Parts: sequence; structure tokens; C-alpha cells
Amino acid sequence: MSASIDRTWLLSEAPASRAQAAWGRRYRLWCDFRANPLAMGGLVIAVVLVLAALFAPLLATYDPSAQELANRLATPSAAHWLGTDELGRDVYSRLLFGGRVTLGMVISVVVLVAPLGLAVGCVAGYFGGWADTLLMRVTDVFLAFPRLILALAFVAAIHPGVTSAVIAIALTAWPPYARLARAETLSIRNTDFIAAVRLTGASSVRIILRHVAPLCLGSLIVRVTLDMSSIILTAASLGFLGMGAQPPSPEWGSMIATARRFFLDQWWVPLIPGIAIFVASLAFNLLGDGLRDVLDPKQR
Amino acid sequence: MISVQDLRVRFGPVEAVRGVTFAVGEGSSFGIVGESGSGKSTVLRALSGLNPDWSGRMTIAGTALTPKRSRDFFRRVQMVFQDPYGSLHPRQTVDRALSEPLLVHGIGDIDRRIRQALSEVALPAAARFRYPHQLSGGQRQRVAIARALMSEPEVLLLDEPTSALDVSVQAEVLNLLADLQDRRKLTYVMVSHNLAVVAHLCPMVGVMQGGEMVEMISAEDLRAGRTRHPHTADLRRLSTELEEA
Repeated sequence: MSASIDRTWLLSEAPASRAQAAWGRRYRLWCDFRANPLAMGGLVIAVVLVLAALFAPLLATYDPSAQELANRLATPSAAHWLGTDELGRDVYSRLLFGGRVTLGMVISVVVLVAPLGLAVGCVAGYFGGWADTLLMRVTDVFLAFPRLILALAFVAAIHPGVTSAVIAIALTAWPPYARLARAETLSIRNTDFIAAVRLTGASSVRIILRHVAPLCLGSLIVRVTLDMSSIILTAASLGFLGMGAQPPSPEWGSMIATARRFFLDQWWVPLIPGIAIFVASLAFNLLGDGLRDVLDPKQR
Repeated sequence: MISVQDLRVRFGPVEAVRGVTFAVGEGSSFGIVGESGSGKSTVLRALSGLNPDWSGRMTIAGTALTPKRSRDFFRRVQMVFQDPYGSLHPRQTVDRALSEPLLVHGIGDIDRRIRQALSEVALPAAARFRYPHQLSGGQRQRVAIARALMSEPEVLLLDEPTSALDVSVQAEVLNLLADLQDRRKLTYVMVSHNLAVVAHLCPMVGVMQGGEMVEMISAEDLRAGRTRHPHTADLRRLSTELEEA
């Protein structure tokens, strides 16, 4: 490729290819996003957390499950940056590996839930009539369950573990996305540009996939990012209640649960995973807010 | 080419179109004028297949139209919408909008056809990869016209194609439509509330009021003021007063 990718290429008013036009649009969105310092802060923290979880084996100073009973509940020091827990395991290393479990759960939930919600919402909204009624009543049924309680019942019925926790959270997390996608689709389906596509003779599947769904994606991404904090909290709550990740797997919620006995005397042991949960939730919330300003078409 | 007999369209308890009948010859243009809510756009939407709840008899090139249309129908009949700001997908480039009909109908040679279509509607080649928000209203309407022509239709339905544009751009778009009709032997049905616009393009004009076509008049008679129905006279007086004002 001879053309260099730089600002002038991206901001060109006369792009020479579809890719250049698409990247130019994305670059403009990025410029808008970058102007919001809070959102940038959220993005940076979220990226740091994900990278820390990904590279946990490189960053960890100890094996997260190596016990050192002579040195349990130690205060933070040069040897153990964030102290040790009740079995003498290094909290810093457990936090990094715990990020893999917690963030991994969040990402799997999102990957399961967002496409499902989008598909259900777009189909219901586009076709209307009995398809809409059927799909939305099913959605209402799932929406009527309290999230944590259904997740608890589900996990208890199968067996506690990360996989069942992910499925349980996913089961209760998709209905809001379906509703959102349906509302967006309803506002799009009667526009002239969709009528024009229908007049080309395109099939409904093609119209939904190529013309309707991409327009719903923006607000869906915003909603997903804002929901990530509540998914993190649910995942941690399940872990805290012993229904999520099982010991010795280090998960932030279960780390708090096992350390809660020491809350008064060795308060830093449960506090540190608590801070991790708080920071991760806050970062995703800030990121979501920033994305909403940029992506939500109703704001522009 | 087009014949519509006793077309009726109902929206719930309201009958929006009450027995409209007209015919358009091949390569000719027919204009429909009327006030807002007179049912003129509804006629067009029924004809285009966007509104399947109609009764009556409509034929295009001898084939009777059914509520559900075939893909071949959409290749032969296309429509240009009133609002160029609403008829282009906001996240799709001009290139994408123009290639969509080709992809749907499996027409090859996309690159050349798009370049040709752009030059045919007098858009610069640089506009090809722009998004609608980077174009002016007139340019957008040219894109919409180019998109309608991609599948090489025989019939073009025009739903107030110029009413959202300012006056100088209106004339450009009308001249473009007239040129295209000459070149491609297109048949037009044009809906407008602007008598001057309709009379410029269409030799025959139908006047609609309250869902009925109250008068069919030639453009010459309309210009000369030889109207028979009082509503036509009203519309004509209004439009001449507007022009003088």
C-alpha cells in the first residue's frame, strides 16, 4: 500500500475507497471520544485491567495458589506488594489471576448476550405482528426474574462453577438488549431509506442484517458497556456466595468472601479485591458514558 | 405502460384513496397534484408495493400487480422519495447505497456501473465514498435518483422529488429528470403539491382531493387556466399567487 495512513488520509473529504471512508468515520468518532477526559480515563483503566489479566503470568510475582502458612495475612511489603491472604498466598498475584476469571466471565456473558438480544429485538421489531408479540412476551418472562436469584437457583440446580455462573447471568441479562434493539428497529423500519432497500427487492434477512442491525449496534454497545459493571457485580456476588468460581481459583468476589472474617483486623485483605471490583465497574461506566455521547444517534 | 383502475386504499376506518383511475403511456409522464392528505402519495406507495393493503386493478406493462411483488418487479419499477435527508442510509457511503441494488439483483460489473451512474446524475467521482451527511440536499437527491436507476428500471415513481430542495436546486433536479427520461425512455408517475413542477415535467395531470381524482387535465390547459373542477382552479390560483408574492 503506497498511501500512508495518517490524519489527512483519514480526514479526507473525498475518500478513494470504502475502507478509507469507513476508517475516516471511525477516526472522527475517536476524535470526539478523545475530547472527553473522563471517558478516556475509563478506557485507559479498562484496557489496563484487561491487559493485566491477559499478561497475569508475566506480571505476577508469585504462583497465585502457592501457600506460605508461616506468612499469612501479612501487611503489604516489598516482598508481597499487596500483602498475603489467610493461606499466605500473594494477594497481588491472585488479583491478577482473579481478573482473568472475573473479566473472562464478563466478556463471555457479553459475547453470549449481545448477539442474542440484537437478533431477537431486530426480528421482533422488523416483522411486528405475531412474531413481535411472541418474542417480546418471552423476553418479558425472562425480564420478570430477579437476576441474582435466578442465577443462584440455576447455579444451585446444576453445579457451582464459572461456566454455570456465566450461563446463569447470560440467561437474565439478554432481555434489556432485545428491548433496546426492538425499540431502535421500530424507529428505523418505517424510514424512507429502509423503504428504498425494500424496493430493491432485498430479502428481509438481508435488510435486517445489513441495514437495520448496524444502526442498532451503536446504542447496544453503549448499553453493554454500561451493563458490564452490573455483570461484574453479579459475577462477584455469585463468587462471594460461593456459587461462582470455586476455590482455589482466585475470583475477586470469592476472594472477598474468604477474607471477610478478617475484615476488622486485617482489613486490607478483603479491601483490595473490593477496590478491584469498584475500579473495574467505574471504568466501564465511564467508558459507557463516553461512548453514549459519541455513538448514540439521538444525541447528535 | 401503467394502468390503474378503481384503486382503493384503506387505513383502518379511513378510506384514503377512493377509486382512482388513470393510465400512463410508455415513455410518458403523469403528474398527480393535490393538497396534503389528498391521498396522492398513497397512490404511489400502493403502486410501488410499499403498501400492500389496496383493492382495485393495477397493471404495469400488461402484468397485473399483486399485493406481494416479485424481485423482477422491483427491477423494473423504482421510486424516488421526497426527503433526500431520510431516504439515504446514514451509515452507508454513496458507493454502498448504489451497489446494493446491483448485489440484490446479481448484476455484475459493479465498479463501472457505479462510476457511470454518478456521471449520469452529474455527481463528481469524489462523492462516491462520501456519507450522506457530507453531501448537500441536491446531491443527496441525485444519489437517490442514481440508486433508483441502478437496476435499469422502466418506470420511475417520483414522490415529491423536489419539494425538500431549495428553488435553484429544484430546477436542476427537474432538468436532470427530464434528461434521464429522454435518454432512457423512462415512464414517470410524479406526485407533487407544486403545480408548476408537475406541469414542467408531465403532459397530463390528475388533481386529487379527499382521496378522489377530481379532474384530469393536460398541462397546457392547466397553464392556460382552462380548468373544469373548482378545486383545480383553487390550486392554480394559490400557486400563481405564491409565485407572484
